[in-house]
Amino acid sequence: MNIHASRRDVLKGGGALIVAFSFADAIGEALAQGAATIKPLALTEVDSFLAIDRNGTVTVYSGKVDLGTGVATALRQIVAEELDVPLRSINLVQGDTALTPEQGTTWGSLSIQIGGMQLRNAAATAKAALLEEASKRLAAKKEDLKAVDGVISAGNKRISYGELIGSKSFALKLDHAKPAAGKDPKDYKLVGKPVPRVDLPDKVTGHFTYVQDFRLPGMLHGRVVRPPAFGAKLESVDESSIKDVAGVVKVVRQGNFLGVVAQSEWGAIKAAQELKASWSKSETLPDPAKLWDVVRATKVVKEEVTSNVGNSAEAIGKEGAKTLKATYDFAIHTHGSIGPSCAVAEFKDGKLTSWSASQATHNLRKQLATMFGMPAENVRCIYLEGSGCYGRNGHEDAAADAALLAKAVGRPVRVQWSRADEHGWDPKGPPTMIDIRAAMDSAGTITAWESEFFIPQQTANGFHVPLVAATLAGMPADDHTAPGNIFQNSAIPYKFANVKTTCHRLETTPFRPSWIRTPGRLQNTYANECFIDELAAAVHADPLEFRLKYLDPNDKRGIEALNRVAALAKWDKRPSPKRDQSGDVLAGRGITYCKYELARTYIAAVAEVEVKRSTGEIRVAKVYLAHDCGQIINPDGLKNQLDGNVIQTVSRTLLEELKYDRFAVTSLDWDSYPILRFPQIPELVYDLIDRPNERPWGAGEPAAAVVPSAISNAVFDAIGVRLRSVPFTPDKVKAAMKGAA
Amino acid sequence: MAQRKSLNVNGKAVTVDIDDPDMPLLYALRDNLALHGPRFGCGLAQCGACTVHIDGKAVRSCVTPLSSLAARQKVVTLEGLGSPQKLHPVQKAFIEEQAAQCGYCINGMIMESAAFLARNKKPTEAQVKEALAKNLCRCGTHARIVKAVLRAANA
Repeated sequence: MNIHASRRDVLKGGGALIVAFSFADAIGEALAQGAATIKPLALTEVDSFLAIDRNGTVTVYSGKVDLGTGVATALRQIVAEELDVPLRSINLVQGDTALTPEQGTTWGSLSIQIGGMQLRNAAATAKAALLEEASKRLAAKKEDLKAVDGVISAGNKRISYGELIGSKSFALKLDHAKPAAGKDPKDYKLVGKPVPRVDLPDKVTGHFTYVQDFRLPGMLHGRVVRPPAFGAKLESVDESSIKDVAGVVKVVRQGNFLGVVAQSEWGAIKAAQELKASWSKSETLPDPAKLWDVVRATKVVKEEVTSNVGNSAEAIGKEGAKTLKATYDFAIHTHGSIGPSCAVAEFKDGKLTSWSASQATHNLRKQLATMFGMPAENVRCIYLEGSGCYGRNGHEDAAADAALLAKAVGRPVRVQWSRADEHGWDPKGPPTMIDIRAAMDSAGTITAWESEFFIPQQTANGFHVPLVAATLAGMPADDHTAPGNIFQNSAIPYKFANVKTTCHRLETTPFRPSWIRTPGRLQNTYANECFIDELAAAVHADPLEFRLKYLDPNDKRGIEALNRVAALAKWDKRPSPKRDQSGDVLAGRGITYCKYELARTYIAAVAEVEVKRSTGEIRVAKVYLAHDCGQIINPDGLKNQLDGNVIQTVSRTLLEELKYDRFAVTSLDWDSYPILRFPQIPELVYDLIDRPNERPWGAGEPAAAVVPSAISNAVFDAIGVRLRSVPFTPDKVKAAMKGAA
Repeated sequence: MAQRKSLNVNGKAVTVDIDDPDMPLLYALRDNLALHGPRFGCGLAQCGACTVHIDGKAVRSCVTPLSSLAARQKVVTLEGLGSPQKLHPVQKAFIEEQAAQCGYCINGMIMESAAFLARNKKPTEAQVKEALAKNLCRCGTHARIVKAVLRAANA
């Protein structure tokens, strides 16, 4: 039985928003017609992705979800374009395990590249079938048919999609390896256009329903009480400490999981704040001052050689070769969602329904099923948009908290994390350390490149980041160490005679790891692109010309991106650092390049910075990007994503570093984990390289990869000092200047 | 324990039943009155997501106890500023500049800048950035937000 809560089912009643369940029109009618008893979910069925009702409303089922990136608009554009229907006739259902196909986690800049292309294939296949059927019904040749706004006509005869298919199933197969021939890009009316986002009118007027706004009848409010230290054991709870808090329903204690459930949200907050509990002492974290020693000393469980050409060790050891080496590090980061994680859960008739902003509802379903020992069929996870997450933040953990509390009280429960819960307990981007060496001959030609990346392991079986509630409560879990595919971009796009790049996959890392925007690609590209700049400086070469000299001449799109960013920024060809500057504030420019995963989106960047030598402060004044992600679906949405990539990564590069002591995270608010503010943002200038006849690639992550190295290289250009430790704080800048003097 | 509190919200006199007179305004707006404009971000007045207007001033509702509010004081939320059918000039400018990503912080950005523009009709770009310096955005929408505020100022 499928239930679907749509926006129009949201009723105002009793002063609170109540969501009533009913069959939504499209799927309800399809079921009533007996077209399908269960909504198909297989990736190989058109009906898994699309339904058209008698009014011509197209319901699109997407396993990929909008995490605030605007992809809900872009996916509609793709489908509306292929089907020739107006954008407004599309209703998008996202991330519902009962309704949407399992298209994989919404990560890795793949929502358009994979999710969108599967939808395009489904829409093109459906369109061909509609034309075929119309040809019969109108007794007209297919080549004489015209499809406009959901109506097919031949001369003055016409028939609508609603009349042709109206709530019946397509019953057509899909092969995504051999997609249906879609429209010729030259005929596009919606794809490639800056279509305004469908969600913004509601978002700017307070009418949008985020997961934080979702309410169920009879719902209670829960809060979690986390241990004061990772690994601490719950020894006792004094329930009398909250006897004066009104509306407390239950204190829920299971193993080391502690939570409160109350009638009102404020009651739950007060109860969580005032509840007295005692915990054992636990010291699991390293001394923060010795983090990098700990990383270097951690047991390596796997050596992952990501590229190996020639014999780099021999070339580096060769007599007469000049060797350069450097070590880079990149701090532990938190996702820092502005809205802390939130979820609602309900157990009813032996089934669990979970509403959350999970970027992977299908994975969450498996994890919750394991946690509660239920068959996955009895768990339904429904996506509701939350605050931007930029990866696997605490949304899934809040879903587990809500489920545990809902089960304990037998009523629906909403769990809203506090700011300290989010900063203290969401999984972290792990610390990353990179050693690089290179050799050059007497003519200054680079003969060898060798790099080692010290990064946590990704266990082979998947990407289930352990759920905090299951861990604390000692409930069953099929958990993985899952920082994401962070080996990516450890190999380099440059052609040297001898290259070896190795990832030392570490057994442990201080904090529960997960992926944060551009995981691994960001840290690895930062080290690679700083070091290539160090090599250019060592041979007094212009950093742009040096890169072009070693790029694969057949990789024309990469070379074009670099040349175009140079033109955009009016690149001043000369070696770094810039000479003949005086005064306290010195300016510099740095260039950088990335071919994402060495397989897709190309980005070249130039950063212009100013460094105040007396204080060590860096101001990133301007960032230029040339960006080639193939066919652009929505240029305005793309620019919005590029803004996000650059500004967020300038923040991460200049300011961000998780603080902790031996017990727990101590960066528990925005004062102790500062992020970039309005007066600090750079000016942004883009050259979008559109290739309508190429396949579209992702844009949600790649442009972040080039930011730290562009800044480091620009700082070197300004003051002649290399920054090799993110974040580039004023203290580190001053220390680096002192070391170089 | 339970008591009744009178408020003026979005031009209407309303009452809310509360257990704690010091409950922050944010929870009365969101949970008692089902308003979705003001958002919970930190509960510490550090991020601005919860911003509302009280007698025209931008105020952090997450740290404003109900006990500090008199029934005559006018509380305006994002919903009261304008609706999808009748947008406030700042809301309109945010749509025109497509100035949101996830949109979670946008309530604060609009409420803060609407109050700012009411007292500073023709600000410079630097003044807009200063006015929003205590509002946090994690998606990196800052540049568009600044453009939207300047567009509203020039409308």
